[in-house]
Amino acid sequence: MEFGLWQVWEAGWVTAILRGASITILVGLVSMAAGLVIGIVCGLIKWARIFPLSLLVDAYTSLVRGVPELLIIYLLFFSSVEFVTKVVTAFGYAGVAESGYAFVIAVIAIGAISGAYSTEVVRGALGAIPDGHIEAARALGLSGARIFRRIIAPQMLRIAVPGINNVWQTTIKDTALVSVVGLQELMRISFIGANSTRHPFIFYLIAAVVYLAITLVSQAGFDGIERLLRLRTRKAV
Amino acid sequence: MIELIQLAVPVLLKGLWVTAALTFVSVLIGFNLGLGLALMRLSSNWLLSGFAKYYSTVFRGTPLLVQIFLFYYGLGQLSLIKDNAALWWVISDGSRCAVLALALNTAAYTSEILRGGLMSVPVGLVEAAQACGMSRMLRFRRIEFPLAIRQALPAYGNELILVVKGTSLASTITVLEITGYAKRLMSQTFAIFEIFAIAGVLYLVINLLLIAIIRSMERFLMRHESSSGQKSTALKSI
Repeated sequence: MEFGLWQVWEAGWVTAILRGASITILVGLVSMAAGLVIGIVCGLIKWARIFPLSLLVDAYTSLVRGVPELLIIYLLFFSSVEFVTKVVTAFGYAGVAESGYAFVIAVIAIGAISGAYSTEVVRGALGAIPDGHIEAARALGLSGARIFRRIIAPQMLRIAVPGINNVWQTTIKDTALVSVVGLQELMRISFIGANSTRHPFIFYLIAAVVYLAITLVSQAGFDGIERLLRLRTRKAV
Repeated sequence: MIELIQLAVPVLLKGLWVTAALTFVSVLIGFNLGLGLALMRLSSNWLLSGFAKYYSTVFRGTPLLVQIFLFYYGLGQLSLIKDNAALWWVISDGSRCAVLALALNTAAYTSEILRGGLMSVPVGLVEAAQACGMSRMLRFRRIEFPLAIRQALPAYGNELILVVKGTSLASTITVLEITGYAKRLMSQTFAIFEIFAIAGVLYLVINLLLIAIIRSMERFLMRHESSSGQKSTALKSI
């Protein structure tokens, strides 16, 4: 193969790939944050079985977790593309629409998917808190909000860390799918590079390595967090 | 609306068979590969266990879409593959290539699930089987594997659903399955929600069917337990 890493560097693809990787991470972080907010709210609803709302949450999580991510992205993209283009062009920002719009769709889609998985993690973590702790807090006369803040939330967060780690890994990998709607993240940049240079192997290999680096670094980060939390419990006992 | 259903349902049903076939073949290959990898990972040979470990890290650490593109677009470029008739046969076709990527991908996840199952088998049982003079093969077949699979089944059910969802990525390399047809119909009819709903229902039907199969397998494997006491631990929801 006469086209190697050096040629990728020479042609300036490295900066493009790094820019793509940073957009991938940005989409991942914003979606994960949105997903966690959704997950905590929906997880609490599911756990407390707040009647009409819990049905809605059930429908949301089973639908999103049972239907392919790609289909959800197509739904959001196709159903809104016409409307948004019209609005944005009316205000004279046709250029902004290209990049900004794909980003918003990406975050909504990946956030909704990540939120469905987070909901299950949060619900599981809430279910793992011993009933006795909440009963004891009630017996001490703590108010509902205080019980949540002092008893439920800290335990839930600690128990949920491994699950959140899994959701994050899935989320960062799911961001590759939004390349189909044209957001210039890592996968899209690799696709463009592969097509314009006619050397797909090296570009997809680089993409795989960058994704692997992102997941390995975040795995190490989560391992660190888990170790920290474990130490704290040990000291407390 | 009736017209739309008449138009879309037969097309999407055609996709349903492709999705089912992709899932079936990938799972068939992926399960066996995964079992092999789990055994390699647990072996005392550092070369085997090291390979299995890195295999699982790489395939679980990169997106399936990247793997599919790398296999479909990337590998065809290497003369090593181009000159080998058998490999070229696999790589040159979208659906065969998707099956390859899906099988290798699910093998990594399956190996982790089965490894957990195999590690949960009590040492005493294995020792007892050894004391009875069972050969290694017989021990694996009669003692370790049945106990491991029982433990691993609920998690494996979740993995099966991930494979079903993964088959949708085959649409990015020209394979027309449910998602591929759905995308085409969406851009033809502009009835985005309706097409999404029909396609979504098809996926949910496949998933419910898989869950039912897993549940009945679990019941079969747990038949020694009292039927009332042990509640099924299989996926409570999709």
